Amino acid sequence: MKSAAILEDRQGQVFRKGAEPFAIDCNKDSLAGAVSQRACVFCGSRVVLYPIADALHLVHGPIGCAVYTWDIRGALSSGPELHRLSFSTDLQEMDVIFGGEKKLTRALEELIDRHQPKAAFVYSTCIVGIIGDDLEAVCRKVTKEKSIPVLPVQSEGFKGNKRAGYQAACNAMAKLVGTGDTGNISKYSINILGDFNLAGEIWLIREYFQKIGIEVVANITGDGRIADIQRSHGAALNVVQCSGATMDLADMMKEKYSIPSLRVSYFGVEDMAAALYSVAEHFNNPLLLERAEKLIKQEVSALMPELSKYKEALKGKKAAIYVGGAFKAFSLVKAFRLIGMDVVMVGSQTGTREDYIELDQITDDGTIIVDDSNPLELSAFLKEKDVDLFVGGVKERPIAYKLGVAFCDHNHERKEMLAGFSGMLNFAREVYSSVMSPVWNFVPRRAKEIQK
Amino acid sequence: MTANYISTTNACKLCRPLGASVAFRGIEGCVPFLHGSQGCATYMRRYIISHFNEPIDIASSSLGEKNAIYGGAANLKQGLENVISKYHPSIIGIATTCLTETIGDDVPHILKEYVNEFGSSETPAIVNVSTPSYSGSHMEGFHGAVKSIVEQLCEIAPANETVNILSGFVSAADIRYLKSVCEDFAIDSTILPDFSETLDGPALDDYPLIPKGGTPLEKIRTMGGARATIELGATLPDDTAGTCLEKQHRTPLYRIGLPIGIRQTDAFFDTLASLSNKQLPARHMNARGRLIDAMVDGHKYIFGRKAVIYGEEDLVAGLTGFLAEIGIQPVLCASGGKSGMLKDAVTDALGGMGCLMPEVVEDVDFYDIEEKVKAMKVDLLIGHSKGYSFARKNNIPLIRVGFPIHDRVGGQRLLHLGYDGAQQLFDTITNTVIAHKQDSSDVGYSYM
Repeated sequence: MKSAAILEDRQGQVFRKGAEPFAIDCNKDSLAGAVSQRACVFCGSRVVLYPIADALHLVHGPIGCAVYTWDIRGALSSGPELHRLSFSTDLQEMDVIFGGEKKLTRALEELIDRHQPKAAFVYSTCIVGIIGDDLEAVCRKVTKEKSIPVLPVQSEGFKGNKRAGYQAACNAMAKLVGTGDTGNISKYSINILGDFNLAGEIWLIREYFQKIGIEVVANITGDGRIADIQRSHGAALNVVQCSGATMDLADMMKEKYSIPSLRVSYFGVEDMAAALYSVAEHFNNPLLLERAEKLIKQEVSALMPELSKYKEALKGKKAAIYVGGAFKAFSLVKAFRLIGMDVVMVGSQTGTREDYIELDQITDDGTIIVDDSNPLELSAFLKEKDVDLFVGGVKERPIAYKLGVAFCDHNHERKEMLAGFSGMLNFAREVYSSVMSPVWNFVPRRAKEIQK
Repeated sequence: MTANYISTTNACKLCRPLGASVAFRGIEGCVPFLHGSQGCATYMRRYIISHFNEPIDIASSSLGEKNAIYGGAANLKQGLENVISKYHPSIIGIATTCLTETIGDDVPHILKEYVNEFGSSETPAIVNVSTPSYSGSHMEGFHGAVKSIVEQLCEIAPANETVNILSGFVSAADIRYLKSVCEDFAIDSTILPDFSETLDGPALDDYPLIPKGGTPLEKIRTMGGARATIELGATLPDDTAGTCLEKQHRTPLYRIGLPIGIRQTDAFFDTLASLSNKQLPARHMNARGRLIDAMVDGHKYIFGRKAVIYGEEDLVAGLTGFLAEIGIQPVLCASGGKSGMLKDAVTDALGGMGCLMPEVVEDVDFYDIEEKVKAMKVDLLIGHSKGYSFARKNNIPLIRVGFPIHDRVGGQRLLHLGYDGAQQLFDTITNTVIAHKQDSSDVGYSYM
């Protein structure tokens, strides 16, 4: 799509749904100087593994990579909270010249003795990739010495984008899978992949599954525990949310342990219900299906009257979406529809071609679909579409606010539970409490309209 | 070096390019640009946004695997072209990262090539600074960027009546305060950097790719001709923008600590008074008087309380001096920086206040701080919001100052400097102590 806001080299990454057949460029390196909203490979690995609460997460690199990811996610734990600390080897000039392996070894020994974790993840950063520290060898050595799994995460920042980081995280977890005891696991059992227990969401999802009669073996990775991941190959089914992050692990488990997987989303009424139905259907047991039906009916009938209050107020308002993974965007499009709002722009940092095709199918004509966007484009789209509410993360928020547009935080440090049936109500309330705030009367954009 | 531990837990410092990015954001028409992988720019944007609640677009050369092997020159040039075509900056501030420092990219050389290949009348000024993340903290990055700006942009200028103020990494409110103080003395000041508007701007009806404000380029170019440079900070490196101006342009340099608390503010105002040949303006005389009156009114609530101060060295030294003035006993002064000068700075700051010398530690993380505090009885923590988990765990009230403030609104509006800043600090500290006592009392007194 051509527009003054779009760099020549990025025009293929923006599509306006309409007369022309769908086409979009995606899954490529960010363009230099484009001010992408994306982070790096390390970021991808760090966010996926972060919620594993009884593991040590040691960032091998200069201090920045560790400080910018300290306590960065609202991923709650029901027990240990080791994941909320920020550990770094804090590489100095001499380490860069002479190599950081010794420091890494000693740091690992020190931290493992101090915190007694169940496993340790060692994240590689840009510089480690350049100076060539042998992470594998150090991890093997410390694994032997301390008798816990010490796992290298090959997440050098420059070796691709966030998706490569997801893959590196899955590779590290794959080494844990298959090393635990799988006794006493029900035949109606699942692993939950790709939910990170933001604001406690996985607890709600687990409760739904348990009510239906399905055992959850491992949370991967929200409120995650090493021992659970080690025995996760004993589950009968992998239920995968979040398109990019954990599908690689599910695929590996399918190949090695023949565990099938289902892709779901817990966000929004439609998708939440579909998730429960499809899991129940998978086990082909009428009792499970019956319980799922009952649960959904109960939850939906409690939710809908509450929701309609918000729908009344929000009907016809325009929403724009820019999120990390496209899978979340699918659910958001449907969720906005449920509360009567029109999605006029939708984009993601790391969507694939298939993801964008699906977005094209579920959105209305005129919708702007964008891959790996930036403040210049996003602000231009918000203005062009005269958007009432933008949903995104921390870096998107000031774009909306500066322009006088309402905002819904759907990032990984949020404090509100947005998944599940009750999460849908929270979502509506979040949207409502920003869109309906009187503060917009005073921002220049709206003040002018009021004067007119 | 941290003598006790190998690893770092919950660092009390940030990385070097972050400081440079903030400094560049304080130049009018400037786009900060990180030469490295995409993640650095994005992480730092996110970190800075969470404090200022303001947009900050930091461009990146977005190096990939091939560039790491063959060098990042092509990406840097392409990135510059793209930024220029969309942002139309009058200046671009380039900071390196650990990646590009380690692969050995010669940025000044690449920039020369760039100007030869693509340069035109549209080409903005370009400043570059070396900021390897594995050496020093964000403060070295900040001071390094300011020094590079001066080194690379200041021209031989005729003598003029301006005064340069190199304020260090203070808040947006602090910069606004410094500006108004200079106006009160009728001093034409050049404050560098000035992110008081670029990182704390008004609501708009358009997204400002480059927000209004910042130190104007023309003023930077003539800084060499200024009457004097006042450089704030008690732990500054030997080579700074101030010494550069002094050496290359013979601009007289006055180095004084951050004007936090009465004595340091007095020293600052004395310097302005002698430079302008004017007396302390009435507004500030009154502010000083009110501050002292308030200190008298509140002294009993805080006398002898023990405080831990942590964060950037200059801020720690400044705050320690103020605490000594109001009768609070600093027991630990800690920083993740390692200038080697903090102890002397703290000693100077306490001078004459009859205050016991606190323990002073550099190059520490929050794990170290916590270990040290275990053996102490502490009533107050004073520092940025990254001390919150520690404060919560130990049920010690935290007074938020400096950067970053990630768990409260208005970090950019915190005023630390001058009599006005001391007044705000005094009220906040005293009220925090009173509130803590009130909340933990069985009675619930409704008078102080």
